[in-house]
Amino acid sequence: MIYEISYIALAFFLLFVGFVLWLSFYFARKTKSASSYYAAGGQIHWAVNGIAFAGDYLSAASFLGICGMIATVGYDGFLYSIGFLAGWIVALFLIAEPLKRLGKYTFTDALNSTFKSRAITLTAAISTLIVSIFYLIPQMVGAGDLVTPLLGFPHWVGVVLVGVVVIGIVASAGMTSTTYVQFIKGGLLIILSTILTVYILQNGFTLNPDHKDQPYHKFMSISPTVEDGKVIKAADWQVISQQEIKEKTYVKLEKDKIERWFSLTEKEGSYDLKEALSIVDKKNGNKLYNGEPKTNKKFYQVGNMNKIVKNGKEIEKTGPVGPAEYLSIIEKSELVRFAKVSLKDGDDDVTLYVQNITQGKNFMLPGLKYKIGKGSSIWSKMDFISLMLALFLGTASLPHILIRYYTVKSQRDARKSTILAIAAIGIFYVLTLFMGLGAAVNGVMDVESSNMAAPLLAKAFGVILFSIISAVAFATILGTVAGLIIASSGAIAHDLMENYFKINLDDDKKVKAGKIAAVCVGAFAIILGIAFKGMNVSFLVGWAFSVAASANLPAILFLLFWKKTTANGIASSIVVGVVSSLSIILTSPTMWERYGLDPLTAMHKLDNPAIISFPIAVLTVWIVSALGKKKEEKLLVV
Amino acid sequence: MNHGPAVELGVDHASSKKAKLGVLFFFIYFIFYSGFVIIGVVNYELLSQEFAFGLSLAIFYGLGLIIFAVLLGMVYNFLCTRYEDDLNKEETKS
Repeated sequence: MIYEISYIALAFFLLFVGFVLWLSFYFARKTKSASSYYAAGGQIHWAVNGIAFAGDYLSAASFLGICGMIATVGYDGFLYSIGFLAGWIVALFLIAEPLKRLGKYTFTDALNSTFKSRAITLTAAISTLIVSIFYLIPQMVGAGDLVTPLLGFPHWVGVVLVGVVVIGIVASAGMTSTTYVQFIKGGLLIILSTILTVYILQNGFTLNPDHKDQPYHKFMSISPTVEDGKVIKAADWQVISQQEIKEKTYVKLEKDKIERWFSLTEKEGSYDLKEALSIVDKKNGNKLYNGEPKTNKKFYQVGNMNKIVKNGKEIEKTGPVGPAEYLSIIEKSELVRFAKVSLKDGDDDVTLYVQNITQGKNFMLPGLKYKIGKGSSIWSKMDFISLMLALFLGTASLPHILIRYYTVKSQRDARKSTILAIAAIGIFYVLTLFMGLGAAVNGVMDVESSNMAAPLLAKAFGVILFSIISAVAFATILGTVAGLIIASSGAIAHDLMENYFKINLDDDKKVKAGKIAAVCVGAFAIILGIAFKGMNVSFLVGWAFSVAASANLPAILFLLFWKKTTANGIASSIVVGVVSSLSIILTSPTMWERYGLDPLTAMHKLDNPAIISFPIAVLTVWIVSALGKKKEEKLLVV
Repeated sequence: MNHGPAVELGVDHASSKKAKLGVLFFFIYFIFYSGFVIIGVVNYELLSQEFAFGLSLAIFYGLGLIIFAVLLGMVYNFLCTRYEDDLNKEETKS
């Protein structure tokens, strides 16, 4: 997408991010001077802690990813909202209390509290590292996407910027996740999302989603002359070439020395050429956006209603609508989405974004991404079940989510905080549905990346709203990335080097080793953030959930609920969970596409691995533990 | 990251009762959640049926899963607080 820098947005953004960074450092310094972080935590009001709890949980994936996915694939994006909240509740019900009874606060600590096994230390550290890296990828992708419209830099600059800032913070000062920073972030995210939803409902629906300083592009429609399936004439345009990809026809036309791409549609013998958005990568390295250089700004934001039906009547505009009416109108209307098509045109690589008219009732049902309706294959149904399983079980395998549950003054206050947090998180996830749908029909979508749906929608309503929302999202990413890098460097320096390899270092060297590990993990995250550009961050987080659910959950559940569990059972289950989920992800159709191969030729059709990797890991911990116990009993008899 | 308990919470005599309640609530929610997945896979058309207020079952079930999670979480917290009050108070008295 081609963005213009808004200096007002930039100023607000820098001000807010600067304030959050200052606040982090301020509390980090205060923490050092206090006897411990825990005592400081004990003085925090339950309401502040509750919103901070929500701030911890609502990462960039929730705000950027879910809204983006709802805007592009409708209800399938909302599945992530349902799954993320369900997962949080599962973590609370299944893990929180038993873990507290063990007196441990992280998976690694809990897993090793009974056995003190080196094998568990090694496998749990590797699992922490892999899950953290999988979680880092979407954060970095989201950071790159956020910085682009604010600063006008390419995506990779945004990724590097976040990586360098966070590595700088972590390696030079260390960073303490503070309750007040999370409180401000969480509170603002919920307030801003509510404001945005009110704007969406006030705005209602219109066929021409023009915004102040941002007129909506009127896409051309040409009636061509077609003979034997070939376009031979198209108004005053010259026909250049025609290609068929997966039974759909794309035509290149030229006028005033500018080449544009169109998709050919046929209905009851009458043909129509619909204008597409195109990016052409020339062999000489030049890039043309809709046939013109980037500076001509001919590449547009998209997404609009094609037909608005209210009370059975077709209308052009609705005016303000209520929440239920908003959803009902979309279900009965039609909207225009944009489908990506890649093709070769001589030496040029062409990416088209083609208008795809979608019935509202299909948009508001699962099935556009995870096909489960009529004609769907067993693979796509399995993929849907697998996603729902990973979302349901994944959060419970990411114990850092529950840490705040243990960091309050009293148990009574912990309860009040949790109630407030559950309500706040639930409200936010309901709002994602309206924000995603609002972005889909208000002409704000960036076809190259869905992640910016909510911030770009905010931009259409006002530059200040946009800058504050972007800044909150950016601050969230900074906090999450810093936390993940510290967790990863801890796994390398503390768990692997110190506990597993028994490398004895003095305090200074330990800190140095941690910082070097942080820099390496940060650099790796930057590379992955660039490699996964354009992918939806929620989809990527879904992968992190799958790996976490497969690697960690069977181990922790058996430890907590089955007395015969052995150290070998736990270690084997972690290895099997990691290897099986990673193998399925790395050979999935989505990864095949990333490798530059045809996704249809991928080794299998499953994008989400949990349906296979989770049961395998459960079986492993059960069988290995059972066999180990039998062996022990035999030895005792002898 | 520098995380841990805010204060020493002491011995909690309600913890095993709370854990059992957690498992029960997990299964209640699991059944409701699985219902959505099963309908989606087995009888997809049912999700598109209009349910109320001109909205489909898919929307109602999806929003219902969110609202039910919030309500169940609240009930769980309420009951846990009661267990803690009852069992830990008894211990203090004795």
